[in-house]
Amino acid sequence: MAKSKNISDFVIERDQNRCIKCHACVRVCANDVHFKDDATSEVASDDSKCVGCHFCEDLCPTGALVIRKNPSETRENAHWKKEYIYRIVRQAETGGIVLTGMGCDRPYKNYFDHILLNAAQVTNPSIDPLREPMELKTFIGRKIDAVNLDDLNWKTTSIDEIMSGLLELEVPIMFSAMSFGSISLNACKAIAEAAKLCGTYWNTGEGGLHQSLYPYADRAIVQIASGRFGVSSEYLSRAAAVEIKIGQGAKPGIGGHLPGEKVSQEISLTRMIPQGSDAISPAPHHDIYSIEDLRQLIFAIKETVDYKKPVGVKIAAVHNVAPIASGIVRAGADFITIDGVRGGTGAAPVVIRDNVGIPIEIAIAVVDQRLRDEGIRNQISIVAAGGFRTSSDIIKAITLGADAVYIGTSALIALGCHVCQKCYTGKCNWGIATQDPYLTRRLNPEIGTKRLCNLLRAWSLEMKEMLGGMGINAIESLRGNREQLRGIDLSEIELKILGIKHAGESW
Amino acid sequence: MVEIDAGGMYYRLLNEKIKALARSGCKEITVRNVCGQRYIGAGFDFKDLRINLYGTPGNDLGVFINGTEILVNGNVQDGTGNTMNSGRIVVYGDAGDITGHSMRGGEIFIKGNVGYRTGIHMKEYKDMRPVMVIGGTAGEFLGEYMAGGMIIILGLNGGNLIGNYAGTGMHGGTIYIRGKTPDVIFGKEIKIFDLEEKDYKTIMPYLERFANYFDCSLEKIYETKFRKIVPVTHRPYGKIYSY
Ligand code: SF4
Ligand code: SF4
Repeated sequence: MAKSKNISDFVIERDQNRCIKCHACVRVCANDVHFKDDATSEVASDDSKCVGCHFCEDLCPTGALVIRKNPSETRENAHWKKEYIYRIVRQAETGGIVLTGMGCDRPYKNYFDHILLNAAQVTNPSIDPLREPMELKTFIGRKIDAVNLDDLNWKTTSIDEIMSGLLELEVPIMFSAMSFGSISLNACKAIAEAAKLCGTYWNTGEGGLHQSLYPYADRAIVQIASGRFGVSSEYLSRAAAVEIKIGQGAKPGIGGHLPGEKVSQEISLTRMIPQGSDAISPAPHHDIYSIEDLRQLIFAIKETVDYKKPVGVKIAAVHNVAPIASGIVRAGADFITIDGVRGGTGAAPVVIRDNVGIPIEIAIAVVDQRLRDEGIRNQISIVAAGGFRTSSDIIKAITLGADAVYIGTSALIALGCHVCQKCYTGKCNWGIATQDPYLTRRLNPEIGTKRLCNLLRAWSLEMKEMLGGMGINAIESLRGNREQLRGIDLSEIELKILGIKHAGESW
Repeated sequence: MVEIDAGGMYYRLLNEKIKALARSGCKEITVRNVCGQRYIGAGFDFKDLRINLYGTPGNDLGVFINGTEILVNGNVQDGTGNTMNSGRIVVYGDAGDITGHSMRGGEIFIKGNVGYRTGIHMKEYKDMRPVMVIGGTAGEFLGEYMAGGMIIILGLNGGNLIGNYAGTGMHGGTIYIRGKTPDVIFGKEIKIFDLEEKDYKTIMPYLERFANYFDCSLEKIYETKFRKIVPVTHRPYGKIYSY
C-alpha cells in the first residue's frame, strides 16, 4: 500500500565539502529535518519532513544547503497530478480534511497580468513625481453627499467634525486582518508599528486586541467575527474602525477552528476564552441571516461607539458579490472589504481555498460598476484584498475602482515568509505563523517594522511614478478611471466584465 | 430617579438621552412607553446604573453591555444581551430569538419563554461566567455551540420544555433543565445526567434571585428534580483534519 510518509516534496542537497558541521540547521529547523548521524558524525536530513521554507538555506554560513523540488515524478498525467494522488493517499490514511495555509496557488487566470496601464504622450504632459507634489492620501469611510456652507456655523463646527469618522491614509495600502494566534505577537507588533509610522492602518483579525498592542489601537481596525472572540465594548471603543467579518477569500462560507492546543495563555487573554479550549467560529454570524440583520449589527456597533468610527463589512468575492455589496451599502456600512480568491489564511481546507470564490480584479470591477449604476458608489469606500504582489497590481486595482487595498501575504514576505503554505502547522521557521517562543524570537519587531516601512515607501514611490507617467497627480483622479487601462489577451466578455477596452482601442 | 417618555421617539434620540443622563451620573432611569426602540443600553459601561423599561424594547437590548442593570416590564425581542460582558437584564415577560448570543458574562433572567437559538455560543472566561435563567420554555437549538456558562430552564408554566437540537455543537458550559428529560432530538455532542449535590449548590443562588425577582416560590421550583446537559468533549471538531 502507498505510504504517505514517503512523500517528499523537496530534496535537500548538502555539499559535504562545504558543510563545516556547525549543526546550525539541526538546531533551527522546527520540522526536525536535519540531524546528526551518530554513526558517521556527519549531518544528514530526512527530506520527507521538509516544507521548503528555505530558512536553513538562508542561515547556513557556508552555503552548503540547497533545497530543491523533488524531481521524482509520478508518470506525467495532466489530470492525475502528483498532488492529487498523494492527497488521496493522506486522506485514505487519516479520513480527514486536508488543510493548507496562505492563498490559492492554482494557475487561474491572473487578470492583473492581462491589464496594461496608460502613459501620457505629447497631447497631455506627464508629471515628474520627483519635482511635483503627488497625492496618495486616501480617506476611507462614508463621505457626506454635500456640505451646505451657508448652513454651517464655522465658529462651532470645524472641518474635522464634518470629516469625523473617516480613516486618513497616507498611502492607499493597509495591513489586512491577521490575528494574534494566526501570527505571532512579534509579527503583530511589527505590523502595528509600521502602520502607525507610515500613516496607515492595521487589522486585528478576529482574535481580539492584545494588551501590548494598545499603543497602536488608534491605528487598528478591529474585527467582529462570528465567534465574537475578544469583542467587548472596550475593544470597540479603543479602535479606529470596526470591521464585521462575514467571510474571507481563502475560505468563503466556512467558519474556523483554532484548536485548543494553540490557545496559549496569552492568546486566551486576547480571545477572552479559557486556555486550551477550542475557539470555534461558526460559519455564519447567528445574528445575521439577512441584509436587515447586518444593518442591525452595524448600527448596534455605531450606537456603542457613538457614531464616531467607520464600520465596515468584509466579504469574500463570490459570484453574487455585486448585489451583496449593494445590500451592504444600503445596510449602512461605511466601507466594504472584498477579499478575492487569492486571499491568504493561516489555515483553510485546501479544497475550499482552491475552488471557492472569484478573483479580486473581477470583483472590484463588478462591485464598482454596480454601485455606480445604482448611484450609491459615493456612499462607501471599497477596500480590496487578495494577493497584491506589486505596486502595479495595486494601481490597477484602484483604477478598476478600489479606494484602497489590504496587503497580508506581501507584508509577511517582507517579514521573512517564503510562502511555504504550512502556516496551519504552527511551526513557521520564520517566526511568523507560530507561537513557539523558540521560533517567534527569530522575528525582531523593530527590524520587521523597518522592512514593512521600506516596502510601503518603495511601493509609494513606484505608484507615484506610474501616476505621473499618466499625467495624473492625485490617486483620487485615478480611482475608477478605467480609460487608463487596456486588456491584453482577453475575450469580449472578460473585457465587458472588467469594463475596459482592448489594447489598441483609443479613447 | 429620572423619567423619559419614549412614546414615538426615534431609537437614536432615545439612546442619546439615556446615555447623556447616565454620563451625567444618574443612577436610575425609568423609560416609559418603550415601543420597539433598538439597542437600548448598547455598550453601556455604567456599573451602578439601573434602567427600568416599560413597554417592549426592540432588538439587541443591552448589546455589548458591560455592567448596567436593565429591568423590562414587558416582553423583549431578538438578540437581548447580545455579546454581553457583564451586568444584568431582567425581563418580566417573554424573550425572542438568540437571547444571550455569545454572552461572556453577566446575568439574564426571563420570567416567561425564550425563542430559538437561546444562549448560542455563550462562553466563559476567567471569573466571568454568564448565567441565564428562563422561567418558561425555550425554542429549538438551545445552547448551540455553547462554550461556557450556564443556562437554567425551569418550565414553570408547562408547555414543551425545550425544542429539538439542544446542545448542538456544545463544547463547554452546562444547561440545567427542570423535570424529565424531554422527548426531543438532542445535539450529538451532549450527555444528560442527574444532578449531584454540588450542582444544586451551584444553581441555588440564581434560583433564589429568580424567585425574588418574579415573586415565585423557591419550594415550588425545587419540587421537581433537575437534570443537566453537558458536552461529552471539549473538542467536538478535533478529529476532522488530516495531517
Ligand atoms: S528549515 Fe525549512 S527548508 Fe530547511 S529543512 Fe527545515 S523545513 Fe526544510
Ligand atoms: S508564514 Fe511561515 S509557515 Fe506561513 S507560509 Fe510564510 S513561512 Fe510558511
